[in-house]
Amino acid sequence: MSISRREFLKYCAGAGVALGTSGILLPEIVGALEKAAAGNPPVAWIQGGGCTGCSVSLLNTVHPNIADVLLKIISLKYHPTVMAAWGEKAADSLYDMAEKNKGKFFLAVEGTVVTGADGKCCTPGKFKGKEVTFIKLMVDMGSQAAAVLALGQCGSYGGIPAAKPNPSESMGVSEFFKLYKIKTPVINIPGCPPHPDWIVGTIAHVLMFGVPELDSHGRPKLFYGTNVHDNCPYRSYYEEKKFAKFFGDEGCRVELGCKGPESNADCWKRGWNNKVNWCIHNSLCLGCTEPGFPDSFSPMYVKTTG
Amino acid sequence: MTKLHIDPMTRIEGHLKIEVDIEGGKVVDAKSMGTLFRGFEIILKDRDPRDASQLVQRICGVCPTAHGTASVRCLDNAFGVKPPTNGRIIRNLIYGSDYLMSHILHFYHLAALDYVKGPDTAPFIPRYEGDYRLDPKINKIAVEQYIKALDIKQKTHQMVALFGGRAPIVYGMVVGGATEVPTVDKMISMKWRLQEIKDFIDNTYLPTVYLVAGAYRDLFSVGVGCKNLVSFGVFPLDDDEKSFLLKSGSYTKGKDLPLDQAQVKEYVKYSFYDDKTTGLHPSKGATISDHNKKGAYSYVKAPRYRDLPHEGGPLSRMWVTNPVLSKHANKFLGIDEKKEIRFRDLGGKAFSILGRIAARAEECKLVADAMDKWIMELKPGTPSCVKVEVPKEAEGFGLTEAPRGALGHWISIKNQKIENYQVVAATIWNASPKDDMGNLGPIEQALIGTPVKDIKNPFNVARVVRAFDP
Repeated sequence: MSISRREFLKYCAGAGVALGTSGILLPEIVGALEKAAAGNPPVAWIQGGGCTGCSVSLLNTVHPNIADVLLKIISLKYHPTVMAAWGEKAADSLYDMAEKNKGKFFLAVEGTVVTGADGKCCTPGKFKGKEVTFIKLMVDMGSQAAAVLALGQCGSYGGIPAAKPNPSESMGVSEFFKLYKIKTPVINIPGCPPHPDWIVGTIAHVLMFGVPELDSHGRPKLFYGTNVHDNCPYRSYYEEKKFAKFFGDEGCRVELGCKGPESNADCWKRGWNNKVNWCIHNSLCLGCTEPGFPDSFSPMYVKTTG
Repeated sequence: MTKLHIDPMTRIEGHLKIEVDIEGGKVVDAKSMGTLFRGFEIILKDRDPRDASQLVQRICGVCPTAHGTASVRCLDNAFGVKPPTNGRIIRNLIYGSDYLMSHILHFYHLAALDYVKGPDTAPFIPRYEGDYRLDPKINKIAVEQYIKALDIKQKTHQMVALFGGRAPIVYGMVVGGATEVPTVDKMISMKWRLQEIKDFIDNTYLPTVYLVAGAYRDLFSVGVGCKNLVSFGVFPLDDDEKSFLLKSGSYTKGKDLPLDQAQVKEYVKYSFYDDKTTGLHPSKGATISDHNKKGAYSYVKAPRYRDLPHEGGPLSRMWVTNPVLSKHANKFLGIDEKKEIRFRDLGGKAFSILGRIAARAEECKLVADAMDKWIMELKPGTPSCVKVEVPKEAEGFGLTEAPRGALGHWISIKNQKIENYQVVAATIWNASPKDDMGNLGPIEQALIGTPVKDIKNPFNVARVVRAFDP
C-alpha cells in the first residue's frame, strides 16, 4: 500500500499522541516502508566526536521497534556500534558502499566534526589501508552522499565538545560543509540526545518523500515546529504566576532555570521513552534542541528566561 | 612477526584502535590507542558547578548515569550536603536500571556477534568467518534473543526515565538528591517493568551466557590480564554509606586491600598530554594536550592505583564483593545446586574473556534483585532532595562504579565557579596505554599471549577487547 505525504505528516504530528503512545509510525506506514525497503538507498552511519548517545536513543524506538527499523526498513550498511565486522573489513566496506552508491546513499553523522590539530584529535579508522581523520572521512563521504542527517546537538551545531573554549575545534556538519564548500543537503536532527521518533521519522520521510520542510535552523518543522513553553502542560501555572521553588514543588519551572520558552520541539506532547516521562515533568528543560546549547543556556539551574 | 591493526574497533563506545604484534600464532605485544580528544575537563572550567552533572553525562551516551552519579556525589561532597533516603534510593534506581541496560546491551548487541553468526543481511554482514562454534539450533535461538534483547533494552530505559525524566542522559539526579517526589503509581510502574527484566535475566540472559560459554571453553583461559583489580564501590545501602551493594576495595598483587582514593594517579608519558602533568593525583590533575608529542600513542591517560595498572569492571567488583552466584553457575560447573558457590570459587577462570562475561551477567542479576527491594523502601510523598547553595570555595570528590569500571570525579570550586574538574573515567583504567614506569595497560596485558589462529579472521583479539566492554 502507499501513503500520501500529507497523511504521513498527520501521523508524525499527532496520531500516535492521540492513541496515547509515542509511536509515530502506524502499521500502515511501516508496511509501506518495508515494501519500499528492498529498493531503498543504503544508509551509512558514522561517528565523529560523539558519545554514542544518539545511537542509544535510536535503539529506544517503539513503533516501529528497532528490529524492524534495522532489518526491514533501513538498509544500514555501516554503523560502528552495531555492525558485525571490525577493523579492515568494516572500514573498507564503507568506501566500497559509497563507490557503488555514489550520489544515492544517505549519510547519518553522529558526534561533532572534530577539526583540531589538523584532524588528529579524531581518527575514526584505517580506511583502504590509510589512517583517516574525521575531516577526510566527512569530505569523502559527505561529498558523495545524497543528503546528510546531522544527528544530535553535536552533528547539528557542534554540541558540548564545541562549547567554550572548544578545545578540539569542533563544529556541526553544516558549518563544516560551508568551510569545505560541500553542497550536499543537510538535515539537522538536534537534541542531546534526539528523540528516537525524530530520527526514525526523518529517515522515513527522506526515504519516502525526500528532504522534509526545514526551519531556519535546518530542523524538520514536523518535529521542531512548536514552542515548548507555549504548549507546556504547566503553562497555566505560569499564567497564574505559580512557580516551583524547588524540585518536586508544584508550578511552572521557569524559576528553577527551565529553558522551555527558548526551546522548539514536540517533547511536550510526545514524551520520552514510550511516554513514561519527560524533562519538564521531571525537573526542567535545558534547551538541548537549540543552536548554542549549552553555552547560551548556562547556567542551567538559574532563571535566565521567561 | 606480523603487525595487525584493528582500526576501528567496532561495537564499543567511542574510538579505539588496537595494534598487536603476532609471533608463532600468539600476540607478543599490544597497544591500546584512544583516538578521540574532546577536552571535557577544559570545557568544565569556569562554569556553574551544578552544570557539571549535566555536561559530564555527555562523555558517554552508553553510561551517562555513571558520570551523572559520580558528578552529583562529587558535588554533594564539595557542597557539604547529604541526600535524604528517597534521594539515595532514586539515584540507585535510575543508575541500577541503566546498569541492567548496559550489561544486557553489552552481551547481546556488542559482544554476542563474536560468538553468534548473524543472518546474512546488514548490519550482520560483512563479518569475519571461521570461528562460530554454536550448534545451528542454538545459534538460531541466540539470534532470536538478540532481537528480544533490543526490546528489553528499550524497557530498561523506560525504567531509567521513570525517575530520570528520560533516557539516555537523565535530568533526575541533582546535587542534594533527586528531582522527583516518589508516588505509589511510579513505584508500581517501576516494579512491574522490573519483573519482566528480571525474568529475562534469570531465564534467558544468564542461561544463554553459560550455553555460549560451553561452546568456547578454551576462552576461560584466554585474556588473563594484570590480575590487579580495583572497585570504588557502588549502590549505597544506607544514608551514611556504611555499606554498598558492590563493595569498594582492591586486589593488588594477590592481596585484598581497603580502598584509598589518595592512591590514584594519572600518568601521561605515552599519552598526548604535556609531560609536566604526569603522575598527579586527580585533585591536582591537569589536562593540557600535546597533539604531536613524540612517543605518545593515545589520547587516553594512564590511571594507576598504588602505581600499578588495575582492571575495573564486573570482574573486579564481583571479585572484591565475592557474592553467591546463580544456580546456572552451579549447573555449568557441575556442582550440586544446593551448594552455595561464590564468585572466587571460579578461581583462575575468572581472569579471562568468559570470566568477564559471566561476571557481568551474574552482577546483572544481583543488581536487579536488589532493585526489587529498594523500590519498596521509597517513602511516597516525602522529599527526595535537600536545599543546596553553591559554596564560594570548596573541594570535593565523588567515587562510583560505572558498569565498565571504577569512576571518579574531582572538583575544586573558586568564587562559586569550577576552578578545576578532573574525570578518571572507567574505560581509561582498562584501555590505558603504558605508564611512565613501562607497565602496559590492562587490555594490553590481557592481549599478550592471546592465540590468533587465523590472522585474516582475528576473532580472539576482538573478543579479549570487547570482554572489557570499553
